[in-house]
Amino acid sequence: MTSPTDKPNDGGVPVPVTPAGASSTAPAEYPPASPAGRGMFGNQGTGDVSGYGGLVRQRQPIEEASRPYGSYFDEVRDALEEAYPAFGDAIEKVVVDRGELTLHVRPERIAEVCQVLRDDLALRFELCSSVSGVDYLGADERRLHVVYLLTSMTYRRRVRLEAAVSVEAPHLPSVTGVYPTADWQEREAYDMFGIVFDGHPNLTRILMPDDWEGHPQRKDYPLGGVPVEYKGAEIQPPDTRRSYQ
Amino acid sequence: MTTSNYASEHETDEGRVFTVTGGDWDTIVSGTDPINDERIVVNMGPQHPSTHGVLRLILELEGETVREARSVVGYLHTGIEKNLEYRNWVQGSTFVTRMDYLAPIFNETGYALAVEKLLGITDDITERATTIRVLMMELNRISSHLVWLATTGMELGAISIMLYGFREREYILDIFETITGLRMNHAYVRPGGVAQDVPDDAIRKIREFLKVMPKKLKEYEDLLSGQPIWTERTKNVAVLDVTGCVALGVTGPVLRSAGLAWDLRKTMPYCGYETYEFDVPTHPDGDVWGRYQVRLAEIRESMKLVEQALDRLKPGPVMVADRKIAWPAQLAIGVDGMGNSLEHVAKIMGQSMESLIHHFKLVTEGFRVPPGQVYVAIEAPRGELGVHAVSDGGTRPYRVHYREPSFVNLQALPAMAEGGLIADVIAGGASLDPVMGGCDR
Repeated sequence: MTSPTDKPNDGGVPVPVTPAGASSTAPAEYPPASPAGRGMFGNQGTGDVSGYGGLVRQRQPIEEASRPYGSYFDEVRDALEEAYPAFGDAIEKVVVDRGELTLHVRPERIAEVCQVLRDDLALRFELCSSVSGVDYLGADERRLHVVYLLTSMTYRRRVRLEAAVSVEAPHLPSVTGVYPTADWQEREAYDMFGIVFDGHPNLTRILMPDDWEGHPQRKDYPLGGVPVEYKGAEIQPPDTRRSYQ
Repeated sequence: MTTSNYASEHETDEGRVFTVTGGDWDTIVSGTDPINDERIVVNMGPQHPSTHGVLRLILELEGETVREARSVVGYLHTGIEKNLEYRNWVQGSTFVTRMDYLAPIFNETGYALAVEKLLGITDDITERATTIRVLMMELNRISSHLVWLATTGMELGAISIMLYGFREREYILDIFETITGLRMNHAYVRPGGVAQDVPDDAIRKIREFLKVMPKKLKEYEDLLSGQPIWTERTKNVAVLDVTGCVALGVTGPVLRSAGLAWDLRKTMPYCGYETYEFDVPTHPDGDVWGRYQVRLAEIRESMKLVEQALDRLKPGPVMVADRKIAWPAQLAIGVDGMGNSLEHVAKIMGQSMESLIHHFKLVTEGFRVPPGQVYVAIEAPRGELGVHAVSDGGTRPYRVHYREPSFVNLQALPAMAEGGLIADVIAGGASLDPVMGGCDR
């Protein structure tokens, strides 16, 4: 049984509005917890008598920060703009959230940006602390994001770079030439998300077995599992289990 | 050397296959032609007593010289990061504690700090909770360094130190058991504070430990520092300078042993470390000896920190006041041996229906975390432990990534080992202190 909002408004069938209070208790989400962005328990196709199945989640795009950003963020931006002529082309947007600076970088420019961030005297991000992937399924067309966390030991600053690629063309240049430490971390992102880092010296799986199929950390990767009986009740596998979202 | 039911020599791409299960090196290489089989590939691990867990090393040898070293990880991958996405935010702490099993408190604290930053309640964490976190982390750092000393000693042939290291670690595990109820996998540090208060008994045990430990440290130094085999095996072995460390992302004691005093507790303080009095030990040489010296000195510094934290412990709540986040944290041991808050149970079961509903919602559904992402890094015993947490606004983490120092540091092994002797691979690998549970997650 689908919830009433699934049905097109084909004459006469009233489409219920989002229940009042839905957005005040449940904050607008980015990205939605479930691909459908609907319901509270994640159960589709079963009888819903609670009414919570009618909740529709609001998506809210990440907002670009406006100047001044505060803290050292303005200095970092200015220094990068000065040292890197293609700044306007490479940086898609600048986000400041929870006291952290994120530069959204066009994927094909990521290695160049890293090079400038590492070498420019006013920036000096010598250490690449972390490289990880995030799969924003259903929230972004280019759903696979690579997140780089750079640390400047000289200035004691951090900056996050985020590059988004699509599943169809999950390619971006490797930053191993700039930060050799990205080697294993890029392999992990490849292993878990299927993001291909062009120019990586040895892009193979690292945590999963070499002959594994699929990329487990993608949000559409099937979890598998079988229903388990416990004290007379049947417990579903995690991804089909009724649960809060 | 035995012929076995593993791959026969016909099944490999090149060269002959030997299966070696111990024995003397001369006997092993006697089967090879010294002219034509100059290079042999040795597969060390993943089941090997000297690889610090299930680490596999593929070594290309010329005689006893390592020409190429490649490490293979992933044997202990348990998908913790993926699992987190199917549990609520509080349940996450029971998963992350199992990553680096020698430093569970650090995993938990990193996670808790990240969740708190996402929630925007970093400033609401009570002073007592923060002090307890510091206390627990520093005790954990000592126990982790003790295991390092013990296992490294064993790998380099010093069996006594292995016994002593594990023996002293028991003190700390005992303290942890008194405080958290468990020797390992505590899930003690939770988003919002800690699971329960420190009992008086534990304070007494910690004071006792602080009295005993300096003597023991002296014993270790008497046992190892002047010992010719130990110095021969560690001095000028597996050298990695600051440039190499930073390029390869190596942090923690290994970076400090190369001379750079980079310690997140000082450089990017968290949990109020800027208000504590302690030093960051460094060493100029960047070799295994330096790492040994730095770690011993860090145990001493951690003891200073534990002492200061004990003095600061003022009575007060150990959980945030926000009832939408806080689980009951005034626990007593129930008949089943589990922590239980009798007062809380009496209230929700006997007095207040609303409290019961609230408790049920909090435990089954959990709290919602506003969407966004944060990166929180703390100084774990092995280096920078970073938590990249992403929330989609739901009751479960959308993505949590651990920047595990074991994982990142292990990349440096070829740089340390290639061109050296095979025995130094062991010393170099041990000096990185990789914990495969953390590395593979």
